Amino acid sequence: MANVLVNAPKTAKRGAIVEIKALILHPMETGFRPGPNGRIIPRNIIERFTASWNGVEIFDMEMSPAIAANPFVSFFAVATEGGTVELRWTGDEGFVVEERIAIAVE
Amino acid sequence: MMWPRVVLCLSAVFASSLGLAQVGGEGRHSGYRDMGEALQKMQDDDAANPGMLFVQLGRGLWGKAAGTSGKSCADCHGDAAGSMKGVAARYPAIPAGAEAPVDLEGRINLCRTANQGADRLPPESRELLALAAYVGHQSRGMAIAPPDDPRLAPLRTRGKELWTARQGQLNLSCAICHDDNAGKKLAGVTIPEAHPTGYPIYRLEWQTLGSLKRRLRNCLVGIRAEAYAFDAAEYVLLELFLMERARGMMLETPAVRP
Repeated sequence: MANVLVNAPKTAKRGAIVEIKALILHPMETGFRPGPNGRIIPRNIIERFTASWNGVEIFDMEMSPAIAANPFVSFFAVATEGGTVELRWTGDEGFVVEERIAIAVE
Repeated sequence: MMWPRVVLCLSAVFASSLGLAQVGGEGRHSGYRDMGEALQKMQDDDAANPGMLFVQLGRGLWGKAAGTSGKSCADCHGDAAGSMKGVAARYPAIPAGAEAPVDLEGRINLCRTANQGADRLPPESRELLALAAYVGHQSRGMAIAPPDDPRLAPLRTRGKELWTARQGQLNLSCAICHDDNAGKKLAGVTIPEAHPTGYPIYRLEWQTLGSLKRRLRNCLVGIRAEAYAFDAAEYVLLELFLMERARGMMLETPAVRP
């Protein structure tokens, strides 16, 4: 498992607004910096972050080289039904990380 | 008539500046107080503090076997929440059977070579920082309590000598900024009192976790002095002095700093 920290409420009232916070370990190498040997270090960033609630996409974010290492993303969603929130980060060098959290709605 | 009053005023000014100069006294505060509210919140929220990613990584390494012994840290030390509580608050120290003091990272490497039969982890490597952050995190909220080992006293004095010695092309000592001018501005940034309360720290400028050693090297380069080699004894001497200077202050590992 990649190193991810996700923080979201385990339970929510129906119709309530919940905040989902996600932090991931990633160098976010810009592709513009020269390395110790003077050559450009190849770009290695997360290109896309998406979140879906029971399979329905609720958040989509495109990332760029200007975003800092270990990006922290916080977003809000309306809890209409209980289920699984799937978070997915994809990027350069075949980087794919998926994380699932369960939120119960009462 | 007027003179006694002027003298009184002047002595009051002098006393207050003396109070500022003596950072090691009671008025000390962590660099946490010098940063903005947003960064303080970032450090306080375990889901937003990027240092916690490394703590989580360290927790994984703690239970992973390493070296020829096939043993993990947990096989000997058990649950770190109990066995490592307070350890970071008292290092650097002289381990049993050793002559020279080591800092927390040095102690981890000693355990690897002596007990696990593994290689030393390179300085500033992700694994070493993660283990140091995990061990350090177990002492969060505890007061810094350097050991009363009599062998350490002369070494602390040597650390203080390094702290107060002018060096580099700018001919500055650590003390000139962090004792005499702490709280004032250097290029728009508040000069901190330099208490090692949260190492390893997540520094936004580095975009990663870094040790106190890295921070000291940063300052040495800043005053245009030649940084000591990574395995130099000077770092441990300085750390010994700094931990004594910060005695009683609260550990924050992993701290966030700009």
